[in-house]
Amino acid sequence: MPHTIAEKILADHLKDSGRDAPSEPERELWPGDLVEVAVDVVLANDVTAPIAIREFANLGVDRVFDPSRVVMVADHFVPNKDIKSAEQCRVMREFARSQELVHYYDVGRMGIEHVLLPEQGLVVSGDVVVGADSHTCTYGAVGAFATGMGSTDIAVAMATGQIWMRVPETIQVVYHGELRPWVGGKDLILFTIGQIGVSGALYKALEFSGPAMEGLSMAGRFTMSNMAIEAGAKVGLFQTDEMTCSYLDARAARPYVKYKADSAATYSQVLEIDVGLVEPQVAFPYSPDNARPVGEADDVVIDQVVIGSCTNGRLEDLRVAAEVMKGHQVHSNVRCIVIPGTQRVYTEALREGLLEVFVEAGAAVSTPTCGPCLGGHMGVLAAGERAVSTTNRNFRGRMGHPDSEVYLAGPAVAAASAVKGRITGPEEVLLQAR
Amino acid sequence: MSGTAWKYGDNVDTDVIIPARYLNVSTPNELAQHCMEDVSPGFVGSVRPGDVIVAGENFGCGSSREHAPLAIKASGVACVVASSFARIFYRNAINTGLPILECPEVVQDTEQGDQLRVDLEAGTIRNLRTQQTYHTSPFPPFIMRIMECGGLIPFTRQRLGGAERSSIDTGEGPGD
Ligand code: SF4
Repeated sequence: MPHTIAEKILADHLKDSGRDAPSEPERELWPGDLVEVAVDVVLANDVTAPIAIREFANLGVDRVFDPSRVVMVADHFVPNKDIKSAEQCRVMREFARSQELVHYYDVGRMGIEHVLLPEQGLVVSGDVVVGADSHTCTYGAVGAFATGMGSTDIAVAMATGQIWMRVPETIQVVYHGELRPWVGGKDLILFTIGQIGVSGALYKALEFSGPAMEGLSMAGRFTMSNMAIEAGAKVGLFQTDEMTCSYLDARAARPYVKYKADSAATYSQVLEIDVGLVEPQVAFPYSPDNARPVGEADDVVIDQVVIGSCTNGRLEDLRVAAEVMKGHQVHSNVRCIVIPGTQRVYTEALREGLLEVFVEAGAAVSTPTCGPCLGGHMGVLAAGERAVSTTNRNFRGRMGHPDSEVYLAGPAVAAASAVKGRITGPEEVLLQAR
Repeated sequence: MSGTAWKYGDNVDTDVIIPARYLNVSTPNELAQHCMEDVSPGFVGSVRPGDVIVAGENFGCGSSREHAPLAIKASGVACVVASSFARIFYRNAINTGLPILECPEVVQDTEQGDQLRVDLEAGTIRNLRTQQTYHTSPFPPFIMRIMECGGLIPFTRQRLGGAERSSIDTGEGPGD
């Protein structure tokens, strides 16, 4: 019978089917089935690991199921912002050492987890990945069934290498047409969430497909999968195509399995989007589905711009921002903070001269961290302040005071807004003489 | 048990349930000190054991932070009734033993401050102001077993202990 990508990957991970023999024995899964599946990678960070470690201890198990498949990353409140977060990080660090985790990343080597794991080749096509972080769905871009869970689920997955799941229905989103200038993955996903709403894909999988996706960079795909959760989705999957394979071949630490949906697969909904109609988007407070074309945000004056995060902290994103900002100055009323997603992104941006562009423009460049994205540190907003941010959530209080405002956008709009001091698209900046 | 209803709208996100600035701790009682403070500054001071949160669609959307159900539970709230739950929150609530019920009708009819009597075993909610009783749809049997054990950890301990390694029943209802 024809199946979606989500159904196929989960069927191949049924706990009795064995990791080494995908598809054998063949068992079919349908939406609504509750199943127990083997997991390939389990992830936690400095905020969620401490609870997972506490619950792991409560299980009465001594060792994680596989120290090479449990990944921990200190990224949220690091370099530690205060004593309490330092204590939380220490809990994770000591656990990682005592369990001899192969992939533990601390300050100076770490990156924001969802930029880092694919970059390091730790997650590959066909994997089932569970992470104690809602944006674990980012890895759908490389064809992994990857989903966020809470710390207790993660504790059980760390101990047993298995997890229970409900097989989701799938919504297929088909993108046609030619991208307009300066429109990237962020604009497409904001537009899509604007169409279906923040609960539009609740309990479901999203499959991103169509001719316009073939031309989208891996960075753009990561951005789109990353925000699947912002529509309530469990995963945001791409089929594994040539672009995925060349990305994976350059870094994958393990063999991988390619998946694509059967053309007769059953979808709960099919959404067709002509990307030629999508302008650069801005999501107004306080919801990611409050997306509008950038032109409608013209009079919004801003205090801060953040360029980075697991959504848009990749090299391609920094290139776009630098292209807009080069030769210009950040507006005198704006603090602009640029955060490369990982150490590697940082080094490459350094070599390409991107960081120089930002610093000369009057922006602050930081070591990788989640920092301002969740209102942690490195750019917390005061009451009444407004920020344009390339992050993924603009909930009330997300970046600081409950009366501050976050406008979500892609790196082009963020960079242009930093220069102008109000929300605007890149054309306005590029037309202006340097 | 019965308690006062705290009424909220759709899409109550984890950042308002427990703002990230407090995630540098993970003990439930400390987290409870800041539960709902950005949307409902009076909540922490006035919530009483047995009270019920009543909310619209997609309750608990956003982050995977288990700090959210832990904070709600430690604040004394006995049950969250919503039209629907975000999937990670749904799992987290079941895993950590915070009772949740899906019932759009209750949400529609309940006003802030109403007295509600919740019977979790029977899956019924009675509004003492309107004298209406509502029946919620039962959870799938597998999830019921997790809840009966008091959460995922005791449930898994029991299974790891060799006791009955039953397979999962396919059930109806909103999964994870
Ligand atoms: S960058 Fe933001 S959304 Fe991404 S993992 Fe960090 S806190 Fe979460």
